[in-house]
Amino acid sequence: MRREGSAFQGVGAVFVKELSDNISSVRMLMLELLVVLTALAALYEAIDTLRKNTAEDPFLLLRLFTVDQAPLPSFVAILGFLIPLMAIGLGFDLINSEHNRRTLSRILAQPIYRDALLLGKYLAGLATITISLTALWLLVIGLGLIFLGVPPGGEEIARSLAFLVIAIFYAGVWLSLAMLLSIVFRSPATAALVALGVWLFLTVLWPMLAPAIAQLVAPPDPRYAMLGLDTPDTAIWTQLLQRLSPNDLFGEAMLAVLSPTTRTLGPVFVDQLRGAVMGAPLPFGESVMIAWPQTVGLIACTIVLFVAGYILFQRQEVRA
Amino acid sequence: MNTQHNDNAATSHDVVIAARDLTKRYGKSTVVDAINFNIIRGEVFGLLGPNGAGKTTTILMMLGLTEISAGRISVLGFDPARAPLKVKRHVGYLPDAVGFYDHLTAVENLAYVAKLMGLSMAERTRRIVAALSRVRLLDVANRRVATYSRGMRQRLGLAEIIVKRAEIAILDEPTSGLDPQATLEFLELIRELKAEGVTVLLSSHMLDQVQRVCDRVALFQAGKIVMMGSVAELAVQVLGAGFVVEVEAEGAGIARRLAAIPGVGSVETLADDRFRMIADRDVRPDAARVVVAADGVLRRLSVDEPSLEAIYAHQFQAKQARGVQDAA
Repeated sequence: MRREGSAFQGVGAVFVKELSDNISSVRMLMLELLVVLTALAALYEAIDTLRKNTAEDPFLLLRLFTVDQAPLPSFVAILGFLIPLMAIGLGFDLINSEHNRRTLSRILAQPIYRDALLLGKYLAGLATITISLTALWLLVIGLGLIFLGVPPGGEEIARSLAFLVIAIFYAGVWLSLAMLLSIVFRSPATAALVALGVWLFLTVLWPMLAPAIAQLVAPPDPRYAMLGLDTPDTAIWTQLLQRLSPNDLFGEAMLAVLSPTTRTLGPVFVDQLRGAVMGAPLPFGESVMIAWPQTVGLIACTIVLFVAGYILFQRQEVRA
Repeated sequence: MNTQHNDNAATSHDVVIAARDLTKRYGKSTVVDAINFNIIRGEVFGLLGPNGAGKTTTILMMLGLTEISAGRISVLGFDPARAPLKVKRHVGYLPDAVGFYDHLTAVENLAYVAKLMGLSMAERTRRIVAALSRVRLLDVANRRVATYSRGMRQRLGLAEIIVKRAEIAILDEPTSGLDPQATLEFLELIRELKAEGVTVLLSSHMLDQVQRVCDRVALFQAGKIVMMGSVAELAVQVLGAGFVVEVEAEGAGIARRLAAIPGVGSVETLADDRFRMIADRDVRPDAARVVVAADGVLRRLSVDEPSLEAIYAHQFQAKQARGVQDAA
């Protein structure tokens, strides 16, 4: 049975309305302030460090993103932590607020499919995050120009743009999750709490739990331990488990894209490094290849969560 | 095949909504149980019944907003499950306890739904201003909806239907929670819609109001339509007769003459000069003629129209009594 008419009719109207709601909301202002202030603090420290040791780094601008100065983590690490918060903040009440305001049945009585409402809202959320992240990116480049005084090269711009794109996909994962929860739970407070719980679990607890579980699955070999090395099996399991968290995927992808000397993200044997010029930067294309599986993982995760939400929403009863 | 299609169009020309064995089940419980009805173009049709009798579910099935478990429904000749966009383009819906985006003004709220309807900018502006003035909200059009009273929200919901130029307006409990003045205003707006040829479907449990505006009603009970027809028809069915006419007149043999009027069931003499007739139609003109013809003095002539409330009470009490008997 095919339904007739386009599923995309009305997406534009929903998108524009939601985007203007998002951008003019106090909530968005708070989230942006939080991200910008924390990121600026990290950036200030990074600039400070870079000015003190003016090394002959060919990728000085990229160092802005990755240098960390205790007690502050690097700019990228802070974003990895805060982007989910922003996405959850925008997404946790996408659908259930329409139920609670009793606007859902009225809107769905207009000649549009449910798809349009869901897609319009999702894209508006993603566009809002994209706008803020792009603004932040321009801010970083601008500050780098002013304080470091070194014009960025083409490759640096390309790499930082890759950073921007991956960061947007990373936000997409969390936005899909928040939207899914807003469909499952009628109360926005419950949806927000569950989303924040998942976020804390995956970013804070999981990196600690993963090695412990890995040691259970593949117990460390005492012979490696005697040599002061990690057991390869345990290390592989640890990484495998950690990659279940989008936070880890984002971190790895960032490492590959923003640190051109990164040759691999997993453990390697010494013979695999034969002939490699250690410390030499990889070309941009090669770095992207290294980050590609992680990026695909993030995109796939976004799609799976979105589809789950889509199916639930299609089957949901409209009446309160 | 073409002729058959034309035939269908001809027979269903005046029927805008037709339900055949329409059924909705949630798990094992049947919320709407094989109901049948036709709604004619231009009439005001009332869906009556206690809460949970299946009225809202029936409405949602008409709009394609909930799946149909069995049976068929066609709205303006379209199947809402397969062609929901066509149905929703011509049908306006005012849900029970309608909600708006509180942080937007009335105009912004209407502009959003008008965009969803696919209207152009110029058309939107024109229709919104016209609709808001129809429902008398033009002077508060640029205030945020958060400041609106319940009556104003309901009228704004009606404005949305007017903006849509809907052929069918479905109103779910539109007057519940309104004060008497707001209710009267709202009923007046419903009459205006009817005058424009809009078919109105009204769900309510406020019997008195339904009676005032509806041409026909369907009585829902536990997912079934137990009765359907005009109020007068239902009165005949349930109460035995429709109209109770009281006559106060002096004259000889009036009671006998009154009883001879066609349509009068019985005449009761209350006092020397007061009589009560039970008739299946409004027989006041005939009664007046009879009294005058008998050289009587006509003092008072009043009619108790059949009240839906009485029908409803009678119907449900009867059911309950039968239920008690069954249980015993």
